[in-house]
Amino acid sequence: MTDATSQGGSRPNARPTTSLTAVGSRTKKRNASEKRFRAYGLAAIGTGLFFLVVLLSAIVSNGSSAFMQTFIEVPVYLDPAKLDKNGNRDPEDIAKVSTFGYSPLIQNAVFEQVQDKGIATEYDDAGDMKALISASAAAQLRDRVIANPDLIGETVDFQILASSRVDGYLKGRVSRDSITQDKNIDAGHLDLVDALREDGTVHKSFNFAFITGADASESRPEQAGLGVSMLGSFFMMLVVLFLALPIGVAASIYLEEFAPQNKFTDFIEVNISNLAAVPSIVFGILGLAAFIQFAHLPQSAPLVGGLTLTLMTLPTIVISTRASLKAVPPSIRDAALGVGASKMQSVFHHVLPLAMPGILTGTIIGLAQALGETAPLLLIGMVGYIATNYPDGVISGFLSPNSAMPAQIYEWAKRADPAYYERAWGGIIILLVFLLVMNVIAIILRRKFERRW
Amino acid sequence: MYDAPLRKTDVEANEIKISAKDVQVYYGDNHAIKDVSVELQDKTVTAFIGPSGCGKSTFLRCLNRMNDTIDICRVEGLISLDGEDIYDKRVDPVQLRAKVGMVFQKANPFPKSIYDNVAYGPRIHGLAKNKAELDEIVEKALRRGAIWDEVKDRLHAPGTGLSGGQQQRLCIARAVATEPEVLLMDEPCSALDPIATAQVEELIDELRTKYSVVIVTHSMQQAARVSQKTAFFHLGNLVEYGETSQIFTNPVDSRTESYITGRIG
Amino acid sequence: MPVLWLFLIVLALAAMGFIAGRMRVTTAGGVRPHSLPNYYGWNVAMKVMAPALLALVVWLLVQPILVDRQVTAGLGENAVPEGSTLGLVMSDVRRVADGLDTAVGRGLITSGDADAMSAADSNVRSLLGEAGVALGSDVSPEVLEAAQRYRAMNATGDFWRTAVVLVLAIAGLAWGIAQSHGSFRARNSVETGIRMILLAAASIAILTTIGIVLSLVGNTWHFFQIYPASKFFGSFTWSPSFGGGSELGIWPLLWGTLYISIIALIVAVPIGLFAAVYLSEYAGPRMRAWAKPLLEVLAGIPTIVYGLFALLTVGPILLTVFGRDGLGWMQAGTAVMTAGLVMGIMLIPFVSSLSDDIINAVPQSLRDGSYGLGATQSETIKQVILPAALPGIVGAVLLAASRAIGETMIVVFGAGAAARLSLNPFDAMTTVTAKIVSQLTGDADFASPEALVAFALGMTLFIITLGLNVFALYIVRKYREQYE
Repeated sequence: MTDATSQGGSRPNARPTTSLTAVGSRTKKRNASEKRFRAYGLAAIGTGLFFLVVLLSAIVSNGSSAFMQTFIEVPVYLDPAKLDKNGNRDPEDIAKVSTFGYSPLIQNAVFEQVQDKGIATEYDDAGDMKALISASAAAQLRDRVIANPDLIGETVDFQILASSRVDGYLKGRVSRDSITQDKNIDAGHLDLVDALREDGTVHKSFNFAFITGADASESRPEQAGLGVSMLGSFFMMLVVLFLALPIGVAASIYLEEFAPQNKFTDFIEVNISNLAAVPSIVFGILGLAAFIQFAHLPQSAPLVGGLTLTLMTLPTIVISTRASLKAVPPSIRDAALGVGASKMQSVFHHVLPLAMPGILTGTIIGLAQALGETAPLLLIGMVGYIATNYPDGVISGFLSPNSAMPAQIYEWAKRADPAYYERAWGGIIILLVFLLVMNVIAIILRRKFERRW
Repeated sequence: MYDAPLRKTDVEANEIKISAKDVQVYYGDNHAIKDVSVELQDKTVTAFIGPSGCGKSTFLRCLNRMNDTIDICRVEGLISLDGEDIYDKRVDPVQLRAKVGMVFQKANPFPKSIYDNVAYGPRIHGLAKNKAELDEIVEKALRRGAIWDEVKDRLHAPGTGLSGGQQQRLCIARAVATEPEVLLMDEPCSALDPIATAQVEELIDELRTKYSVVIVTHSMQQAARVSQKTAFFHLGNLVEYGETSQIFTNPVDSRTESYITGRIG
Repeated sequence: MPVLWLFLIVLALAAMGFIAGRMRVTTAGGVRPHSLPNYYGWNVAMKVMAPALLALVVWLLVQPILVDRQVTAGLGENAVPEGSTLGLVMSDVRRVADGLDTAVGRGLITSGDADAMSAADSNVRSLLGEAGVALGSDVSPEVLEAAQRYRAMNATGDFWRTAVVLVLAIAGLAWGIAQSHGSFRARNSVETGIRMILLAAASIAILTTIGIVLSLVGNTWHFFQIYPASKFFGSFTWSPSFGGGSELGIWPLLWGTLYISIIALIVAVPIGLFAAVYLSEYAGPRMRAWAKPLLEVLAGIPTIVYGLFALLTVGPILLTVFGRDGLGWMQAGTAVMTAGLVMGIMLIPFVSSLSDDIINAVPQSLRDGSYGLGATQSETIKQVILPAALPGIVGAVLLAASRAIGETMIVVFGAGAAARLSLNPFDAMTTVTAKIVSQLTGDADFASPEALVAFALGMTLFIITLGLNVFALYIVRKYREQYE
């Protein structure tokens, strides 16, 4: 049948028998190529991790300064002659004094401080102090006085928010070279800041307002905060959670446990796997056309954002939920059916509770994805809107216009003043902290409830 | 030594090809092979028999260091090929495996053409200088694998399209194409029907003229049919090793007898 | 009757039905009922809610469309002033009608006044201003008349809606209670209902797809009515001007999209693939345990972060090397290269985890076969594993390409805004997705071709990515079947 026997006499010695320990030249070459290949693989992983490190260090180094803010701490004399001309402390009269009434008080206070400390300066007018002070300081002082009219006539220690140029100077973003063209501030002001800094009048402290505060107009980056848009994101996530989780679980139960093998089921499956890969911007178009154009829901409302993100997140949740349902062994279902439970009872009493940790993990990961998603929000009007007002209540939280964390970051990054870049990076740090927490919860859930059948 | 086809009777004349001394194998904490010492002869078919999980496949995979690819596996003791320790640090397992080829339980042709399947080994080891030589090697290997006549007209068809028995013979051809000195076979017929099994067994008998063949098998009839020497493993121990005829007719150890008569297994 | 009240009434009826159904079975005595008592309760509640709420939803969707159509048809030809559109007039009509509702609600006028009011004898604008609805101009008689008609039709509609929903709910209640006797198979009935709910949930995927297609097709159709498709697909210039006379050719945008995606894939595919090969073939379990999740962190970072990274970190770095002070190839930090590079980084974990899955699906027996012949690990990978995994890897790369094409935030920040056909990767270019954003977030009139073109772009994007996905998923599925 073969020529093995006929040729058997001469063993073809293509490779002469050599000692195993003697490494031939060809083997050397092959081993070198093996080493090279391995090195490529390691290099690829190294490159990926290098990019990760660069990205994270860019975020931290650029964004961490947003959590510190420069303040000027001076005693402010609340002059009754200006704030309460009638002298009867009538709240209505006090409220009539606008921020224009407060600005001179603050400027005077700073100017007096400069003179008290004997700092030599070229400025001889309190009005020149304006460049050091944030435009929002007057409003803050006014709020404080209106809340407590008894303060009028007294001298209170007040932490004045410094202007963004001063803040930038302390953080190294603004230098004497960079302000030569700047109309807002002069080199003399920076000398003044240096002197005030030495005696502690100007100092940096932790910036709670950045985390809890509202967005500010384009000219006041020092005042801008992420708090309101965080609420916007929160309400959106509520919508996503309360719609996507039940709908996603119901759809998965149907497909995994009840769906007959037919064309319609196949069609649903094809739709889900394709929707998972549709670009997020297309969901934005859907949200715009369906919820705003067609259903006339209010623009910029977290409800609309939540609905859009729900549709986007559903496929992710369905896919992970189906995986966890599939992981429950059929023997559990059989056992339930065997004692006379209906199919529905076996699913809801046994399979679903067992699959729950996996479902929750998948849902959290889907939520994290939705939380960071920006593109669809751009189209339904959650940018370009300055989120300065906290929602009044739950209903307005869902329906009144708001921004969301990633949309707010986008908005800041688009603004011209570089001071807003710092805010954008800082916002990213907050966003990433949220994502990190969500992912850690998901990992803990998975570890804790992971079941090996 | 190579000048005449060997007959079954002159087995004794063959020299020792592989010798193992006090071999221990651990899988993590599990002591899978205990104190196995055995000497395998050249130009002989040696069968490893024993119940499932007795360690015969594990031991087989030690002989060409296939266990290296499993992280938790640890081998102790001395295994030498032609007097050289194969676990020596200087030994390149790649060179070793070129000398000690292997055929697996499930036919595993690469998803390439039949030709490329067989040419794979010669190519990586640089056995052919040009296309003509490679063609020759492939044809010779396919002939020796007793499958040439069936595939010569479709050498460029995918190897995965062959039937089970053909696939296994293709894998044997693929193994002999690299000119190994020892051929290890891990239950090569367990997935084959009786006709394909007979073809492969016939092939094994032919291969004996050129190689030392070690075959792991579950089937005692197969061991009796193809092998000259038989080793019986039980619970990680080598219980008995000797002439096949003697093991099957007059075993020394009571465990061997129990297994052969079907009381354990 | 307001919808919320109607909804609450239906819920109350359902609750009553639940209790009644449950009680009828528990108090009947005699033979043990077929199902647990709660099932009888649920059966009644279901029969109250399902038809009534379904009718309510359908009514809420259909009534505005019908009313709109009727009122629009009733508007005379001269109702639409010069320079306005029917759509604008209709939105005026709705605002006036809403304003009248508010005014009536606050007691400023009676409902009868609102219906009798005419534009000639009363100042509608100031009245509505008092009610909190600010109008840009005085209300024309046509608009007021249409608004009154709109209100009247909606009032009729609302009345019938309430009637129909309540009748259905009560009928359902009666039917359910009549069914509640021990021999009725309540559990089966409730389970059928639940099954329907589950099916409806699953069908939302189809509805979403239909919604996407409808919203794209409808608006794209509008666009092609006011801007010729031949110019959209035939022109090589993209220069929208909101004053009119725009040229809206898609090719510069497609080219930018393609160019950026290609650069992204050139970065991501080799790195991702080699990383996957190393992780699945070489790395020990300990290295896998930390390297794989770390790489996947890159995938979990939101794209807005990558956008900012491109704009503020990568762009400036590239500019110092390739810019005017360096090689002089680059004008600004935003360029195809910037966006492509950053997108490539984002796609590394995507390529690597997909390839990892695919390489792991190659059966171990093929590796054994190759090692058994004395192949080194790299020879096994290059000549056996990768060829065997090739279809799957091609599928993974196509999925990555579809991601790259649909990516928005990175190109919005990193690629620039100029639409141009250039071969220089250091030029600023723009993409389909970036233009969708810029055309729809501006202050453009929604009916202008400059805004509507975004839908045509979205349609193009949807078709391209859908095609890529379907093809890629098909390849990957075929590949997996081969080894199952």
